[in-house]
Amino acid sequence: MSPRQAPVRDVAPTVQRLRLRYAKRGRLRFSSHRDFQRAFERALRRAGVPMAYSQGFNPHPRVSYANSAPTGTASEAEYVEIAVTAMLDPEKVRLALDTALPPGLDVIEVVSSKTSDFIERLEASVWELELPGVSVKTARSAAEALMAAEEVMVERLTKNGIRTFDARGPVVAVEVPLPATPADPGGDSPEGGIHSPEEMADCAIMRLVVRHVTPSVRPDDVLVALRHVANLVPPVPVRVTRLAQGPLVADVSGQTVLNAVTDPFAADRG
Amino acid sequence: MTASILPGETSSALLVNALSDDVQSVFPELERLLPLVSKPVQYVGGELNAVIKPWNDVAVHWALMYPDAYEVGVPNQGVQILYEVLNEREDVLAERTYAVWPDLEKLMREAGVPQFTVDGHRPLGAFDLFGLSFATELGYTNMLTALDLAGIPLHAADRDERHPLVIAGGHAAFNPEPIADFIDAAVLGDGEQAVLLISNVTRDWKAEGRPGGREELLLRLARTGSVYIPSFYDVEYLPDGRIRRVAPNKPGVPWRVSKHTLMDLDEWPYPKAPLVPLAESVHERMSVEIFRGCTRGCRFCQAGMITRPVRERSAETVAKMVDAGLEKTGYEEVGLLSLSSADHSEIGLIAKGLADRYEGTETGLSLPSTRVDAFNIDLANELTRNGRRSGLTFAPEGGSERMRRVINKMVTEEDLIRTVATAYGNGWRQVKLYFMCGLPTETDEDVLQIAEVARRVIETGRKASGRKDIRCTVSIGGFIPKPHTPFQWASQLDHESTDARLRKLRDAIRNDREYGKSIGFRYHDGKPGVVEGLLSRGDRRVGAIIERVWSAGARFDGWSEHFNFEAWMLAAEGALEGHVVDVDWYTLREREYTEVLPWDHLDSGLDKDWLWEDWQDAVEEVAVEDCRWTPCFDCGVCGQMDTEIQVGPTGATLLGMPALPSRGGDLVAETSS
Ligand code: SF4
Repeated sequence: MSPRQAPVRDVAPTVQRLRLRYAKRGRLRFSSHRDFQRAFERALRRAGVPMAYSQGFNPHPRVSYANSAPTGTASEAEYVEIAVTAMLDPEKVRLALDTALPPGLDVIEVVSSKTSDFIERLEASVWELELPGVSVKTARSAAEALMAAEEVMVERLTKNGIRTFDARGPVVAVEVPLPATPADPGGDSPEGGIHSPEEMADCAIMRLVVRHVTPSVRPDDVLVALRHVANLVPPVPVRVTRLAQGPLVADVSGQTVLNAVTDPFAADRG
Repeated sequence: MTASILPGETSSALLVNALSDDVQSVFPELERLLPLVSKPVQYVGGELNAVIKPWNDVAVHWALMYPDAYEVGVPNQGVQILYEVLNEREDVLAERTYAVWPDLEKLMREAGVPQFTVDGHRPLGAFDLFGLSFATELGYTNMLTALDLAGIPLHAADRDERHPLVIAGGHAAFNPEPIADFIDAAVLGDGEQAVLLISNVTRDWKAEGRPGGREELLLRLARTGSVYIPSFYDVEYLPDGRIRRVAPNKPGVPWRVSKHTLMDLDEWPYPKAPLVPLAESVHERMSVEIFRGCTRGCRFCQAGMITRPVRERSAETVAKMVDAGLEKTGYEEVGLLSLSSADHSEIGLIAKGLADRYEGTETGLSLPSTRVDAFNIDLANELTRNGRRSGLTFAPEGGSERMRRVINKMVTEEDLIRTVATAYGNGWRQVKLYFMCGLPTETDEDVLQIAEVARRVIETGRKASGRKDIRCTVSIGGFIPKPHTPFQWASQLDHESTDARLRKLRDAIRNDREYGKSIGFRYHDGKPGVVEGLLSRGDRRVGAIIERVWSAGARFDGWSEHFNFEAWMLAAEGALEGHVVDVDWYTLREREYTEVLPWDHLDSGLDKDWLWEDWQDAVEEVAVEDCRWTPCFDCGVCGQMDTEIQVGPTGATLLGMPALPSRGGDLVAETSS
């Protein structure tokens, strides 16, 4: 018998592309990108989304993932694009996928794609760091020291060995709000927060705007930089949440950190 | 409207409110440790179809453990079935717990975080019942870690009413004597009805105000005749170390404890909503069990012996379970599970029916079967109509025809070669052949014959396929004599001889110029088999070894990177000091007909005399036929259990199934132009 060829299928053509914003909350922040991919592709099947598939022996649904937040980091702003074979109602898809995903992986918004260059629009992220055991005063002076530095070189182990890069340059802005303005806990886990009230009394919140560069500078890297410039060493693991991703406003100065990054779906909503 | 976009069963509302009562989640404490360990997602739960109930809404609380890592434990069918059967009951809740890796164990000890369930993250010590499913004996040390982390005394004798009852199940529970000190009870056989029975007894006892304390509860369980309570039996030994007798020490406790057999699988179509973990697991597919038991009678096979008689699930129920499960899980692949799946009397109908039904979808079907015949290939071909034909596995088990007569695996070399050649001819590129080494009466020649078989397989396969790039992998497992099998009396081959024999085989394959390069060879060294053999056929004296080696740090013994043979031998030496027995006595020694075996008081339904005769037939190289196709050979299971072998076509077809829902009909935009 001759070698088996990949069957040529009648693959239904892509009719529509949908862009999704989802959140990774609570205990599910410990899921990795691969964990999410598997869960998402199963959810697509459970929800009956008519996916466009690739050709070949192992056809896979056409899904593109953008800069996922690292394992252990919560996020309110993760983005995915899917290709489907029928014109769908974005809100119905949102509801169906949100129901099919486990609680903690929550689909927040779905839009029908009207534009290209979506990934390029994700210019920067807003990160929120909860620093238990660190006072607002200490956090502020560390933030000032960081911004005062020209560059802060840090090392990270990557697939290609240890890389050294500047963790200061991409940091566009930092802000440490006063405790009087309680931070949005960012959709908490049902079990409640990680930190007891006593700790919260001494738990500074630091918000960062970080430009997306290569290699990417993650909140971990900024924490290392804070240790270098200000000897800031939080006594308990820091809890990190990505609050937003999107285009960076032209002039950051005078903006609050939360306004520095705008909605990447703005163009698609039109 | 299809149900597929409204999978309402896993309500997130349930999850949110569940934990605001008596037994608090330890998640906040655990959460601080998770950034510091590898693969933290395995400890957070949140599987699709998981259930969390409010603690105070139910009378009986079960914690179920598969005592291995999450990635291995979470797909386990036994635990998933019991989890669902129990949670369906209004007065019961069940949560799951798995072994934590040493990195987290260390942090938990430092921070005082107890062993927890992954559902509600409740502390294990708070539950009424702690059920463990032992697929293998190598999970014993992980049980001790869990008990210790939970603050439950290791010894049953030291526990009181504050502690859960520790209950062992699974295949290893057919000889629980090595862990008799650590468990309160053991259950033999199918768990579905057994866990409900135990739940009821426990509920009533609690409702009555726990009369007579823990002992009374155990006594009530013992009196059912089907729950084994080790502490209610005394074991006496002869001066030479053998057992004199095992006798009940309480009135009303039966001399023998019987196994549970679920007769109608169609009435118990579990799991209905299989758990889908977020973390990667060893089985990224859904499984549907198509029958239990096996009548082939391979003499080494404990699973085949202790799960008799055969009970089939009907084609119709199988099809319904596949449909429902796919919808509930979103899995892309379905495995049709059983000990020997090609033996289902309606397997042709099932395979064709499912292949037709899912043709053109992305759903894959697989049928774990290792039967060495052409029918098996037909089935595999059917299930891979559109897919890739990567690998097929056959299990002749014995290398020589003589060996196959000894183990009762009836296939001639000619049949074997022809079957495998047919597989290559049908487009399969990779064939795996599974054999055992160390079988009773085996010689070097029997094992070297494996090389000859592999050579002929490649030679014939090249002709049949017209290709040179076909491959065959020879995979070898060490034989371990198991309780309740005809080989329970046999001597286990020592690990030095096992390794030496396998080296000779490896050399014979490697040195073959013509075919050697097309033959892969996989085997493990014989040392872990010694420990498994010790734990399989051990008695209560072996418990001290387990405790000692655990204290010395043994964990995850089923993982080669964690298994430490020297530590086990050292522990055995220390624990058996002053006894007349040692590891060799447990493993290498052949037993006599008259010897009282540690598991004789546990009734697997097999008649001991029948097993002995079969053992004698084995030594004389006499094979017996499959009792489903030929007159019954009276193993004892059917008569005694008042059961008939349930086989034979029901005549049903899959045509009665409703058509598959079309995809995404409900998601379409209504106003799209
Ligand atoms: S076919 Fe043989 S080895 Fe396989 S399950 Fe049945 S008895 Fe066991």
